[in-house]
Amino acid sequence: MSPSSPARGFADPDAPRNARTTPLHETHRRLGATFTDFSGWTMPVRYGSEISEHHAVRTTAGLFDLCHMGEIELTGPEAARALDHALVGRPSRIAVGRARYTMICDESGGILDDLVVYRLAEQHFLVVANAGNAEVVAAELGTRARRFDAVVADTSARWSLLAVQGPRSAAIVAEVVPLDVTGLKYYGIDATTLSGRDVLIARTGYTGEDGFEVYCAPEDAAAIWKSLAEAGDRHDLVPAGLACRDTLRLEAGMPLYGQELDRTRTPFDAGLGRVVVFDKDDGFVGAAALAARRDRAPEQILVGLRAAGRRAPRAGYDVLDPASGRPVGRVTSGAPSPTLGHPIALAYVPAELAEPGTPLAVDIRGTSAAVEVVTLPFYRRGT
Amino acid sequence: MPVPANLRYTAEHEWVDLSGDTATVGITAYAADALGDVVYLELPAVGSVIAAGTGCGEIESTKSVSELFAPVDGEVVEFNQQAVDDPGLLNTDPFGAGWLFRVRLTGPADLLGADEYAALTGGA
Repeated sequence: MSPSSPARGFADPDAPRNARTTPLHETHRRLGATFTDFSGWTMPVRYGSEISEHHAVRTTAGLFDLCHMGEIELTGPEAARALDHALVGRPSRIAVGRARYTMICDESGGILDDLVVYRLAEQHFLVVANAGNAEVVAAELGTRARRFDAVVADTSARWSLLAVQGPRSAAIVAEVVPLDVTGLKYYGIDATTLSGRDVLIARTGYTGEDGFEVYCAPEDAAAIWKSLAEAGDRHDLVPAGLACRDTLRLEAGMPLYGQELDRTRTPFDAGLGRVVVFDKDDGFVGAAALAARRDRAPEQILVGLRAAGRRAPRAGYDVLDPASGRPVGRVTSGAPSPTLGHPIALAYVPAELAEPGTPLAVDIRGTSAAVEVVTLPFYRRGT
Repeated sequence: MPVPANLRYTAEHEWVDLSGDTATVGITAYAADALGDVVYLELPAVGSVIAAGTGCGEIESTKSVSELFAPVDGEVVEFNQQAVDDPGLLNTDPFGAGWLFRVRLTGPADLLGADEYAALTGGA
């Protein structure tokens, strides 16, 4: 038996030994986690069954270690203006205590990373970047903010991040923080304490469920994990690894940097043109290229696919025109959906083949498998 | 990870239970743990002739797809329909109810002993 897909299944014995571990590594080890190397970090991929962990997040709650994520802070009188210039969105319009999903692009409009930006105070922003891009984002922000009265600091080493995700997450978090969490809006953030330790708590996530992200000092991470796990015990909270995080975000139709998003794609290609704001006072990096992109139809756009059979289209597989068998696109992520019970995938296909209901095919290791374009997201939680 | 002493192994993480001229084949607990939840199996048909070291099926988990290599030369005489219907058996009982198929041997079996396999997987 040998892994033949780009999504490697085996814990790689040749994984770099210098991969970083999070402050929760020992906690995961005691829980019997299987680890994987992810963007230079040794992270828990699952604790038992990733399908069970997936179902727990959809029905009760899951607890995630996200300490690998990067944090960059901007402070100063022109911090907001600097971010408006550096990013495709308009962080200056974010209210204090709120957050926004946005992106940072290069001059040609290519995506360098997708980000969540929190406004902690009038002159204080927290930018959260993907682990693999944190250094690039910090360096770019530093360069782009140079002509503004703002200070950029990569504070990744000063923050740990845990997430509680799932329908019971509010009840769990309410037990350990003095804050009225039901009053915290989606994409809101507030400073509070958790079991007596200073934290920032945000109602954000990457699973398609209600949930919270807790930012804390690395030395408090293990104690905060323990508090949340104990409070979650009677709510059927389970520790949840990166394997289920991937299937959860895929069902929710959320892109993953390195799969759906990279430097060769613009936000418009990914169907996320709405994050780009053009009428900004100081302009922004990538504006000209992105305006051109906005004004002509993209050649390929990101769509959802549903497979008819049991075999899942996987990242890197060709999408075929079913009539000619000719390759017309590429799968970027795919997996059997635990919630829906059939394989799902995200793929770039020509705009004329992107309409929901369009029959296509995917070359699954030499066999043409029938798929259909479907509306995203694949899964939307009930209200 | 358990490595039952009565079985033989391959470097591709399969186990083989030799009994006369018949070999029962499955994947090891190490392999099942590395794969994660198995969701789909494609096994060789009864009557098909397989050659050691060549691909003869597929194991798909939520995260990945792995090719199944024939551990021995022979003719497939039976496959585990229960495991095809419930691939999670490979995770819950890889050395038992999660067996994959049976082969009538047509050549000598070149396999690893339990000690050698345990050493290969770092004694994990």
